[in-house]
Amino acid sequence: MSVELDVFVGNTTIMDEEVYQLWLDGYTVNDAVKVRMEGGVMDECEASKDVLLSDTMDQYRTFQMCERLLHSPAKLANQLLFQIPPHRQIMLIERYYAFDDTFVREVLGKKLSKGTKKDLDDISAKTGVTLKSCRRQFDNFKRVFKVVEELKGPLVENIRQHFLLSDKLARDYAAIVFFANNRFETGKRKLQYLSFQDFAFCAGQLISNWTVGAVGESSIDPSYNMVEDMDVDLDKEFLQELKELKILITDKDLLDQHKSLVCTALRGKTKVFPEMETSFKNLSRGLINIAAKLTNTKDVRDFFIDLVEKFIEPCRSDRWTAADMKLYLTHYTNSAHILDTFKHQVVWDRYMGVVKSCIFKMYHD
Amino acid sequence: MPGKLKAKIVAGRHLPVMDRASDLTDAFVEVKFGNTTFKTDVCPKSLNPQWNSEWFKFEVDDEDLQDEPLQITVLDHDTYSANDAIGKVYIDIDPLLYSEAASVISGWFPIYDTIHGIRGEINVIVKVELFNDLNRFRQSSCGVKFFCTTCIPQCYRATLVHGFVEELVVNEDPEYQWIDRIRTPRASNEARQRLISLMSGELQRKIGLKVLEMGGNAVVGYLQCFDLEGESGLVVRAIGTACTLDKLSSGSAPNTNTHMHPNTAPASNACNSPSKDGKESPLAHGCRSTHNSPVHSVCSSQRLSQNFSVSVPTLIFTGMGSGGSAGKEAGPLRTLLRQQTQTALEQREFPFFTLTSFPPGFLLHVGGVVSARSVKLLDRIHNPDEPETRDAWWEEIRQEIKSHARALGCHAVVGYSESTSICEEVCILSASGTAAILNPRYMREGCLDIGCTDHRFEDPSPPSCGFCHIPYDELNMPFPAQLTYCYHCRRQKVPDVLFTTIDLPSEAAVAGKGCLIQARLCRLKKKAQGETNATAISNLLPFMEYELHTQLMNKLKLRSMNALFGLHIQISVGENMLLGLASATGVYLTALPAPGGIQIAGKTPGDLSNEHISSIQKRINDTIAVNKELYQINPPELAEEGVGSPIPEPRHRSRLFRSHSESSDELSELDLSHGKKDAFVLEIDDTDAVEDIHSLLIDAPPPTGFYSCNTENMPGISNWTSGVQMFTSVRVLRLSNANLTNQGLNKIFTDLCENLLKSFYFKLRSMIPCCLCHLNFTVAVPEEELIQVTVTAVAMTYDKEQTQEKTAEKPVNKGSLEAEEQLQFPLELCADSSSSNIQTASKISGVAESTNISPRAASVDYGSFADRCSTWLELLRLKAHTIRRGSVKTSRRTQSLAHSVSSLERCSPLQEGRSRSLRSSRSFGGSSVTVVKMTPLSFLPGIRIIKYLGIINMFFIRETTSLREEGGVSGFLHSFIAEVFAMVRAHVAALGGNAVVSYSMKECVFMENPNKNQAQCLINVSGDAVICISETDQESSASTANTGQTGGGGTDGAT
Repeated sequence: MSVELDVFVGNTTIMDEEVYQLWLDGYTVNDAVKVRMEGGVMDECEASKDVLLSDTMDQYRTFQMCERLLHSPAKLANQLLFQIPPHRQIMLIERYYAFDDTFVREVLGKKLSKGTKKDLDDISAKTGVTLKSCRRQFDNFKRVFKVVEELKGPLVENIRQHFLLSDKLARDYAAIVFFANNRFETGKRKLQYLSFQDFAFCAGQLISNWTVGAVGESSIDPSYNMVEDMDVDLDKEFLQELKELKILITDKDLLDQHKSLVCTALRGKTKVFPEMETSFKNLSRGLINIAAKLTNTKDVRDFFIDLVEKFIEPCRSDRWTAADMKLYLTHYTNSAHILDTFKHQVVWDRYMGVVKSCIFKMYHD
Repeated sequence: MPGKLKAKIVAGRHLPVMDRASDLTDAFVEVKFGNTTFKTDVCPKSLNPQWNSEWFKFEVDDEDLQDEPLQITVLDHDTYSANDAIGKVYIDIDPLLYSEAASVISGWFPIYDTIHGIRGEINVIVKVELFNDLNRFRQSSCGVKFFCTTCIPQCYRATLVHGFVEELVVNEDPEYQWIDRIRTPRASNEARQRLISLMSGELQRKIGLKVLEMGGNAVVGYLQCFDLEGESGLVVRAIGTACTLDKLSSGSAPNTNTHMHPNTAPASNACNSPSKDGKESPLAHGCRSTHNSPVHSVCSSQRLSQNFSVSVPTLIFTGMGSGGSAGKEAGPLRTLLRQQTQTALEQREFPFFTLTSFPPGFLLHVGGVVSARSVKLLDRIHNPDEPETRDAWWEEIRQEIKSHARALGCHAVVGYSESTSICEEVCILSASGTAAILNPRYMREGCLDIGCTDHRFEDPSPPSCGFCHIPYDELNMPFPAQLTYCYHCRRQKVPDVLFTTIDLPSEAAVAGKGCLIQARLCRLKKKAQGETNATAISNLLPFMEYELHTQLMNKLKLRSMNALFGLHIQISVGENMLLGLASATGVYLTALPAPGGIQIAGKTPGDLSNEHISSIQKRINDTIAVNKELYQINPPELAEEGVGSPIPEPRHRSRLFRSHSESSDELSELDLSHGKKDAFVLEIDDTDAVEDIHSLLIDAPPPTGFYSCNTENMPGISNWTSGVQMFTSVRVLRLSNANLTNQGLNKIFTDLCENLLKSFYFKLRSMIPCCLCHLNFTVAVPEEELIQVTVTAVAMTYDKEQTQEKTAEKPVNKGSLEAEEQLQFPLELCADSSSSNIQTASKISGVAESTNISPRAASVDYGSFADRCSTWLELLRLKAHTIRRGSVKTSRRTQSLAHSVSSLERCSPLQEGRSRSLRSSRSFGGSSVTVVKMTPLSFLPGIRIIKYLGIINMFFIRETTSLREEGGVSGFLHSFIAEVFAMVRAHVAALGGNAVVSYSMKECVFMENPNKNQAQCLINVSGDAVICISETDQESSASTANTGQTGGGGTDGAT
């Protein structure tokens, strides 16, 4: 005696959020049943294991049928097959596109290619995220990447509208797309201490300040707003202009002047002042060199590793606190404005604004 | 050319990729009606094509409009090879053919392919322009409204209930034609879908003609079924209740059922005998002699035919049951059929009603369930135009039902339904209903001459208990039953237990809550062929019915209840077994005596297993106590009596009320046959009995917060909140071949049903407190070792807080309300009639009694098992007799009947004034999808139906040759059912509706061949499409109800 066929279909599609999460997490039906049993759901309605199994299978089938629609969430709203209340649709989409930070950390900045996909089982083993879940997350990244690649307009907004995601999730996806597109190196050992959220914040900064679209916002011409890839690629002109900043370290006078201005401002305000004073030139050279090299794609990729090696690590070894860092960078940036012979204030601000906030974010253990 | 059909193809979306090279599709559309086809342009390389076609116009007869669906085929253009079909949409344009319903069909329809399922959607607009039909001999019946709802639809009132209408059409099943061997599965499925669509259109038209002929304008309780007889053909049959309905102005109260004014009947009645009704209605109440007046031709013929038809069944049975070759039978049968036709014409129809709930005052008394079954051998239908064999079969069954009803002293059968179960060439035809006496004021031709019931009309009973009073003569009781005086009014006799197929009348006084009660049974049967098989089956049937009834009775007692409503017994035949499933809603009627307990007895008094018995007895007593608690059955008069302890009925009590009864003789007779037994006794004489008792106790009560019933109304719960979840569930069990015994099978089957219920409770736990209503179980034996159970039901939330109060207050509220309403119309009707005054007076007194139940009623009457047994045995013996005699027949074509009905002289009064206005604003852009609620009930809680848009009656076939890839059988069926729901919703939305009421899944035939990776499924669903709005004064429903009307702004799916 065996159950050959067992289905339950509601006019309003019944979905249990807990089971949905188990499905998303890649649990098999049997494992999901175990988890649910341990969760005590059986006591709720005098259910038996069979009931739970039947329910879990039904739900899994429903989710599988919905999955196709979730690939283009806009369809979910005007498809006819499942009658799902709007707030549930939002939940389904949001959870489907949610990802594990540990997983995304592994693929961040990697090319979203078949090659990477082949490595997913290693990543799965490493992160403890099931392979099925890894695949879903990876495919989500790839899908979003593919869609926004062809769209004009602001990246976050495109993702949000096209995939009906919350603002937070759309920003995270924008970061993932941005990192994948520019292939930023994030996997080096020195960068391991950084979380996905750290990188997502930095990506947000880069997107809103260093891309073509960032300029577009202030531009008078509205058509300029719709440049392809405007948020995904860095502003080439800007990167060229960054070379001009080199004067701050090549011009001896300027360097000294800058140093004295910063030191004057900092003196007495921090315990690590002596260390700041001694390492000023080194640190300044580090930051300006990073800027000057950004025209090179290879160096763009190393942007974060460079920030860590050239700036964060030295500071950390000198035991700067986060407050020290903030103080230093603020004065470092502002003092440049007082330099009479330094003419590249706009570029300087645009560069330092992002670098400053990235370093703030990245300066932790 | 009385009609012009116009269709416009607007756009498509989410189309499948048909060209792998470009990942796009070059779609175009063919629009076909009858033999005319139009095509749109090809919309190249798009998955979201915009055709925006011209209006395609079809000039057609309205007859065709009724029969034919509009066929829309979406294809992929291919320059070099044949165009690939993407899928089809069939649109039933019937809802556009009557004035009050939809005026335009417009919306997104899923494009359906029988192999691939739904493949995108298409936006279509359809309109019909009808010219006034001047042809009096027309074959069309446009304008007759159809309702699946088995009560008078909300927002209508019935001015006249004409009675039973039935029709069937037969055809050869395309799948069994030779051509099917060379056709693709797709072509074959589509041929079948189209044929059934055509046949149901034709059937509906023919029924409509009958209704027009009777002078009605609507069919309520329309029940259409398919019999897939395999090689012998395809039968589509339908029954319904013809009515004359008046639309109520929208301002009137939602509770329209009470607005039945019998005296308006003659005014709106544009039919054959208008003047007589005018005279008759006011007088009918008190003076019955009018009906016998010779001028009243319809009535007298009715009387005649009734007398006549008593003998007809005997004739039929002897004629047909004589065995031998069918050729010999043809002779007598032929004459017989002719006779029958004559009588059928004279008496018009059977006094049957497919309705299950009635306006107050309509139902006077209920006798009990009547049912008839007959086993037939199917033979090829040679001439589809003359389906008289099948007609004769049903005729025979109906006659039997009618005579059963008469045996119960009743002139009508309500809650009537018919069904079949087919396995290979054997077919079981079943019909069942509830024998009843109706108030003749509502029927022009109610059988008004049943002498024995005379006094009942003169001495009307209070509505809260009147229907319980026995309709039959106590002197000639059709079966031994234990009668007592009504615990409510003390004036009339009531039986100890009441079984019915109808819904609980709204005015009935109940204690506590109701619950679903099921009896389940399996019987093994040897595999056999032909007549041997049919004989074997018909020999088994009576025993099955007996056991099912015993189970029901036991379970009813176990729940301390005394009445069953909505009883539906299904017997399904398979190759090696028969399945029986009886479902009903148990309830405690306060008018009936309290049920006795169940007593266990060993075979011999000094049995060794005495301890065992007493332990079982204890368990049973405990269960009864628990159930009473659970269902809150606390009738006041039972307060201090233990149920388990049987108290013999004090005989003097019944004499107290003797003044009301006719004679003392009958009392003594009553005493002779009953009254000496105490509680229900179950004898444990063998292991079977032990098993039975165990299975009795196995039924788990629903978990806290859940109630269940299979009727429209849940007894004891009325304060619904807005949560509604309709669902369909299918489970198929494969039996292992090893050692199957009847007992083992029973256990398996019972567990299957119980587990299904448990699954529902679990899945719907978020809706607690909630009630599963209209639980409709269907069983089938699709293959030798498979048992299939299909369930459709609706879960509805209710307000737990209010329940407590309400149940306490309920009798008072109900009673007084009832009295008010009742007061209105009889007075209006005949203000000077003294009888009506008596009636109202008695009603008021009835109310008083119901609210304040007198302590006199404290004694309890306990049913006796032995008596019960003999009751059923008696009935069954009778039934078995007829079944056996009528059982084995090889049906042959007999001489054709004069089947056609005399042509109509009158057009439908509704033909004129057909005004159509385009619905103002319906967006085709289709950004958001209309929410369509579905329910098997006739109402939605907190929501008022403002318009009925027509019936939805859809038939789909789905087939797959890649079963594994689609997720196995479960995956396949899951998506198919979801697709069917989606298509129903889309059609309703396109009609401008936002809900489906009285939804049912009539057929779900599933076949699989896992070895070939194939499966096929046929589904037939029906329901009433409606527009409803939330009752604004009810805060609870306001949030969810009105979603449908406004196609609010969502985001468009730009790709």
